[in-house]
Amino acid sequence: MPKTLAIYLMAGREAPALAEAAVAGGADLVEIGFPFSDPLADGPVIRLAGERALVEGMRTRQCLECLAETRERVDVPLIPMTYASLLDAYGYEQFAADAEAAGATSLIVADLPADERPELRRVQLVAPTSTDERVRLAAETTDGWLYLVTLTGTTGARRELSPALAALVERARAATEVPLYAGFGISTPDHARAAAEIVDGIVVGSRAVEVAERGPRALTEYVRSLRAAVDA
Amino acid sequence: MRTPGVYGAYGGRYVPETLIPALDELEAGWRAAVDDQSFAAEIVELGRTFAGRPTPLTRAHSFARDKRLYLKREDLLHTGAHKLNNALGQAVLARRLGKRRIVAETGAGQHGVATATACARFGFECVVYMGAEDMRRQRPNVERMHLLGADVRPVEFGTRTLKEATSEAIRDWIANVDTTHYLIGSSVGPHPYPEIVRELQSVIGQEAREQILAVEERLPDAVVACVGGGSNAIGIFSTFVADQEVRLVGVEAAGAASLGSGRAAVLHGSRSSVLADEDGQIADAHSISAGLDYPGVGPEHAFLRDSGRASYVTATDEEAVAAFRRLARTEGILPALESSHALARVADLDAELVLVCLSGRGDKDLAGVVARGAS
Ligand SMILES: Cc1ncc(COP(=O)(O)O)c(C=O)c1O
Repeated sequence: MPKTLAIYLMAGREAPALAEAAVAGGADLVEIGFPFSDPLADGPVIRLAGERALVEGMRTRQCLECLAETRERVDVPLIPMTYASLLDAYGYEQFAADAEAAGATSLIVADLPADERPELRRVQLVAPTSTDERVRLAAETTDGWLYLVTLTGTTGARRELSPALAALVERARAATEVPLYAGFGISTPDHARAAAEIVDGIVVGSRAVEVAERGPRALTEYVRSLRAAVDA
Repeated sequence: MRTPGVYGAYGGRYVPETLIPALDELEAGWRAAVDDQSFAAEIVELGRTFAGRPTPLTRAHSFARDKRLYLKREDLLHTGAHKLNNALGQAVLARRLGKRRIVAETGAGQHGVATATACARFGFECVVYMGAEDMRRQRPNVERMHLLGADVRPVEFGTRTLKEATSEAIRDWIANVDTTHYLIGSSVGPHPYPEIVRELQSVIGQEAREQILAVEERLPDAVVACVGGGSNAIGIFSTFVADQEVRLVGVEAAGAASLGSGRAAVLHGSRSSVLADEDGQIADAHSISAGLDYPGVGPEHAFLRDSGRASYVTATDEEAVAAFRRLARTEGILPALESSHALARVADLDAELVLVCLSGRGDKDLAGVVARGAS
């Protein structure tokens, strides 16, 4: 089975072209960050990108438009990733419906653990700290695949692939058959290759956001290097 | 309250999954502590021998002439504010949980000082996040924290005040959750924090109720407290909630009125009434008082507002400074600017016997008040 390569980008004027560039480089899935003023799960790179997007006027409606424009350019699954406060203000069901209408294939809400708002269909996250029981709960309710947070911490590139990932994968495999994608801290082709050996997909966020600031061509090249590593 | 952690439409646990097991562990540790008489005994003992409990109830004779006004003197508590009740209690809890590293946020610096004090006493490592703007305006408290051995980390982005300091403290907790207890400073945050902080602060109300009954032989007509995150208010309100004849009045800073001008939103782990825009983005708060300069409030206050059991009003910066000066002149007490907001609304209350929670002392605010010139 080829491994899935997911790339996270912050919503914004450039996001549709950047998503197209990521897909040209071999991305199989694109996450679009809908910025929130107080992103607890994010390290400095994504927090700063979110601050800039908010200054640029990327509120929920503009993010949904960005999603729709991105959908016109790429065929891969598109998943908004955001925080509960945006959904709370918009209405949880309405948000899910309007995101789907704009081309989203699922949702990720970083501060909505599996037992909070269980009626909302979304990709659930588990972390190295999650108990086996919580891994099972998340796997049972997740939408398609399970997001493994590789480390105990916030988003952001790390020097090494988290040593906690292997044990989490083992526990998740014991609990579920759904595909497992690993994210948080993965930034280099070496990380990508090592992670792809044990999971079904990887998610690259902070480094992709950084590279995207240099434009679509740089992003395509960077994603291509990840693709080659993942397929190796 | 019905489901633990749920206050009507508010409360909950809106945090990354990474923290949920720690919150479960905290809740279990808290329940075990509540059932263990030695926990309560240790807190009472620390209060009596270290913190200075019980704090007095002072009759204010001239501040508001047509009222019988009593001040519950949390300003006389060790470190100068009610925050120590919570910090000591959570430190005992952290030790039971085997956590020896403490992370906290602070606005006015009072919670940071209280936490640093508890950590010094318990031999814990202490990291306090504080907005760079707050470090500037509450300098004496930064120096206190340093002397107490705390690592004070400036937060240089966003509002540079309590909101960002809280976010950074939570991010630190996410990264160090195995070894670290997050010692939250108010009755906010994900369940079980609002309940833990309320219970640890309820000593204010329990003492004040006995004290006022002893001198007046009746309950007050109104209980008034300032509301930042809401911990001193919930601490004094909780003992009177069942007494329907006692009015509960919370006073927010006019530029930080999460209950007065907020809407339902999710901030720092719970759903509450928050200063936010229609998209759920959190707005900036503005107050001369660093301890009230926060766009959120504890979920139980949002519930008490909706149910009508408590009412919430505001005081402006100018009104708070005027009340500060007036209490100093009339009663010989320098109140914290936070507490001055509660004092500022006493005069126009339609009530005769009034109990105010004087949550802290004003030493930390002298520079700011003096800079505003004579009244
Ligand atoms: C003296 C004093 N009163 C009140 C507050 C506000 O907090 P809370 O609403 O949690 O009591 C603070 C916060 O720093 C404070 O220092």
